[in-house]
Amino acid sequence: MLRATLKSLLARKLRLILSGFAVVLGVMAVASALILGSTLNKSVDGLFGDIYDSIDVQVKGKTFVDAESQGGISVSQPIPAGLVEQLRSIDDAETVTGEVVEDGARVVGTDGKVITSNGPPRLGESWAGEDEQTQLREGRGPQAANEVAINVPLAQTGDFSVGDNIDVLTREPKKPFTVVGIYGVSDSKASFGGETSVSFTEPVAQQLMLGEEGVYSVISLTAKDGVDQQQLRDQVANAVGDNYIVQTGEQASEEEADSLQGFVSLFQNVLLGFAAVALFVGIFLILNTFSIIVAQRTKELALFRAMGASRGQVIRSVMLEAIVVGLIASTLGFAAGIGIAKALLTLLGNQNGGAELFDGAFTIPVSAVIASYLVGVIVTLIAALVPALRASRIPPVAALRDAELTQRPLTRLTIIGAVPAVLGIGCILLTLFGDAPVVVLLVGVLLVFIGVAMLAPAITRPVVNAIGWLLSWSLPGKLGRRNAARNPRRTAITASALMIGLALVTGVSVVASSLTATIERLVEQDIKAQLFVAADSVGGGPLVTFDPAVAEQTRKLPGVTAVAEIYGDLAEVKGQPQFITAVDPNQSAEVSDITALSGRLDDLGPGRVLIDDGFATSNNLEVGEEFEIATTRGGPRDYTVAAVYEKTEVSRGTIMSVADAKQYFGRSAPFQAAIVVGDDGSVSTVKKQVTKLLEDNPEVSVQNQDEVVKQASGQIDQFLLILYVLLGLAIVIAVLGIINTLALSILERTRELGLLRAVGLSRRKTRWMITTESIVISVFGSLLGMAVGCGLGALVVTALEDEGFSELAFPWARLALFLALAVIVGLLAAIIPAFRASRVNVLRAIAYE
Amino acid sequence: MTAPTSDHTTSPNSEGSTSAVRAVDLWKVYGESDQTTVNALAGVSAELEKGRFTAIMGPSGSGKSTFMHCLAGLDRATSGQVWIGDSKVSGLGDRGLTKLRRDKVGFIFQQFNLLPTLTAKENILLPLDIAGRKPDKEWLDRVITTVGLADRLGHVPAQLSGGQQQRVACARALVTRPDVIFADEPTGNLDSKSSTEVLKFLRLSVDDFGQTIVMVTHDPRAASYADRIIFLADGTVQAELNDPTEERVFDQMKHLDSVHLDAVNSPAASATDPGAEPSSEPSSVTASTSVKEA
Repeated sequence: MLRATLKSLLARKLRLILSGFAVVLGVMAVASALILGSTLNKSVDGLFGDIYDSIDVQVKGKTFVDAESQGGISVSQPIPAGLVEQLRSIDDAETVTGEVVEDGARVVGTDGKVITSNGPPRLGESWAGEDEQTQLREGRGPQAANEVAINVPLAQTGDFSVGDNIDVLTREPKKPFTVVGIYGVSDSKASFGGETSVSFTEPVAQQLMLGEEGVYSVISLTAKDGVDQQQLRDQVANAVGDNYIVQTGEQASEEEADSLQGFVSLFQNVLLGFAAVALFVGIFLILNTFSIIVAQRTKELALFRAMGASRGQVIRSVMLEAIVVGLIASTLGFAAGIGIAKALLTLLGNQNGGAELFDGAFTIPVSAVIASYLVGVIVTLIAALVPALRASRIPPVAALRDAELTQRPLTRLTIIGAVPAVLGIGCILLTLFGDAPVVVLLVGVLLVFIGVAMLAPAITRPVVNAIGWLLSWSLPGKLGRRNAARNPRRTAITASALMIGLALVTGVSVVASSLTATIERLVEQDIKAQLFVAADSVGGGPLVTFDPAVAEQTRKLPGVTAVAEIYGDLAEVKGQPQFITAVDPNQSAEVSDITALSGRLDDLGPGRVLIDDGFATSNNLEVGEEFEIATTRGGPRDYTVAAVYEKTEVSRGTIMSVADAKQYFGRSAPFQAAIVVGDDGSVSTVKKQVTKLLEDNPEVSVQNQDEVVKQASGQIDQFLLILYVLLGLAIVIAVLGIINTLALSILERTRELGLLRAVGLSRRKTRWMITTESIVISVFGSLLGMAVGCGLGALVVTALEDEGFSELAFPWARLALFLALAVIVGLLAAIIPAFRASRVNVLRAIAYE
Repeated sequence: MTAPTSDHTTSPNSEGSTSAVRAVDLWKVYGESDQTTVNALAGVSAELEKGRFTAIMGPSGSGKSTFMHCLAGLDRATSGQVWIGDSKVSGLGDRGLTKLRRDKVGFIFQQFNLLPTLTAKENILLPLDIAGRKPDKEWLDRVITTVGLADRLGHVPAQLSGGQQQRVACARALVTRPDVIFADEPTGNLDSKSSTEVLKFLRLSVDDFGQTIVMVTHDPRAASYADRIIFLADGTVQAELNDPTEERVFDQMKHLDSVHLDAVNSPAASATDPGAEPSSEPSSVTASTSVKEA
């Protein structure tokens, strides 16, 4: 029995490849995600290991807000220079060095724009001469206040050389410097991990990066010979007291690695998520393939039964086939995954100018091998289970008869299918409108997909007939339409695979278009400003600011009635991370309607805040009461409620005074502004004038309403594009499914095709018949997916109404595009099967057994 | 199910019985409402002796294939009982039927039904493979020699002629030494020379090995190789013939055709309402004798 199964498997290699291909792609995604993750982790370990190699103990200030976990940049409290002197008295310390090392030195490139980063920090440092980790390649270190040395990656990306003048943005607005030196980590190594670095003289670095002279970011110590790290650490910890964090070099390295590895694992999980979608779609493909194979092997399986094989043996024979397919596909998928991971690493390395970062870090963890095989085999087995059970129900008498394809009624399937569909919708509602965890939402979506796939056969005939009606102006079109409706289960499963990918794509598209519509409404209706100052690219990240003096000057321009510049900080409000803003209430009242429900908005001042009614109610706060807010730089302080205002789409959250923001926020300058132009002013004239005022602020630009909306939707589209690409894998698998189904159906209908050809159907018409069937299936799946996706998207948008989603918009143009793509997909999927069908040898087909 | 000896309900006269297969009042009714019911078998009873070659003949739609399927446990009769040896087939569940097919029954099909991917030898050994048994070397050699395929064992079916393929199928049926072999039109797909080879081989296995064979056929020449022929028409046994020759088979068939035509032409003799029709009572012996005398 084993031999018979294996031999029959080998004889149908093509079938094996087709059914295994979905698993290959899915496993490829899983393997590459895991390999990528572990390689990145290892290189991160190596990176910080190198950085802390020459440091035995490090002292740094405490952080008030854990901004890093919220995607921000954590800021440590500066350390006074006096502490360095104090630590020099420790006998076991060989060297004690105070250093300035801070993220946020943004250099203006030759194109007038700030050089952005997509990950590694842009450091501003104090120059302390050459050492083990700083080697000058050209020139010298900075000696005057207007001199800087820069590192190799910065010199390369900005195309700077010694003697050039560069502009640098720090905590202070743009300042000019002369490049006097270029350095690397060593002669062979340009940087640790692609970071750019600008080194100022010490007092300049202190002033620009930390806001005052006489303070440091960290103090690094090395131990005398024979003193171990821990010993020195304990002595230092005793000396500095509880106000500082004291770590050994090893601890500091691990801690920094950990925080980065958090991002790595998030990245890895996102990739794994898409791999899971691909595998889920793959299940449908494999299920269908095995079902068709079982149908085609009916006679063979019945023969086994007639020879005395038990039902269990038949099930095992199909499952064995699944295991073999799973193992081979996993192996291929794993190999492909290694290739993809390598390619992605090269891409990542090149992009950050730190290709050497991944040198020697490439690892293939055992867990990736195990996970790949496990996932590949299990997915195949799950998919093969239903066909295997069906196979075991083939009666032995089928070996004697020409197997007639009896259509089992769909009533039972439809009733059973309604269960997961209803459960799934329940789960989704529970998460969106109740407070079930996100996992429940995912389970819900999964159940909905399964439910729809099970319900689909029941609607296949009418829908397929309706779609096919458009194509049935010719005889081959009519035949193709009927063929598609012939086996509703097969058509429905094939279409369902496409449905899943398209439902997800449509779902996120609906959310995105609703978001765009909401922004459009905010900008064009709810906010009375005509011009906005804002970051002009995403790469600016959480560091973008502009000089507040520009806002002052803008206010004085003729025709301008109000300018509301907004400061922002990731703070902890009553212990919860929250993005808080600061604005002048008089100016902001001109920009949007803001109504005080109690207290007076004018009362906002140092030590006082405005809160919205939602926050006031949920925290039981009234005017005059105090509560704690920890800002990035100011740390935890109590603030008094000056007024409670009505929460609207525009005005929401906790608002601080500008004076407090300048002192306590991580960014001491505003990051956005809204400009209201009065009836007597000209928007375009003001725009030109503000553009001129912003000359020295390259990170921001002034934009009118259209530009703001366009930029926002552009950013949303960019995000969507990434999602489309990732979900593309699932769609590719679904297309393979269509090809597979058509190819196997044609094999099944060889005799029929031969007959059609014998009575005079031309090759071209035969091809058109197959193509029609393909298009009908593809359009059916797409329509199903778009319907499900619109439903899911609409649910999410409705649930997020409280979070500011005021508009529900369907991306009709995009949906039409998807439909057009579905037709093209149908055309493409039909190419090979149609070619094969048209090449059927008429005589052999009629004699075909 | 694990007991090696038969624990099925035994037939009342099983002790010393010479019947390999026994059918009592078999009915097979298709369709549900009164208007659409078709009686494929209308109360057939028959006893097929051990070590003999029995042919079942009849025109298309006579119920001969259904009869064989029910005897072999491939199909369930609507009512009536079937015994193979001492085992009652009717009422067995899937496991029981699986065991029956493994131990007591062999099949030969019209389409040969060889697995195209297996060699001749592997095809022959397939039933033993499925049952997880080792072949009896001596018996295997004897079977292979008898079918005359010793030099073709390594070939796959596509490399064999139709006759050779069917001889492989015969060897496959014989290799488990079943109580009875059911052959469904074994020569239906063969030319006359190959047919003769296969039929001679079947005859030989009855004479030399004492094998019991039940063959369904509509070919009088094939049926003439049997020890006994049972003629079916309209789901009932119409006649029987012992030690037939080809001519006698022809005669019998001609006669049956005329009787059958009469029956079809006469509205009173409608076979679709067997309850009211005395001639279709399950009395094979009387029916056969009456035809013989005629």
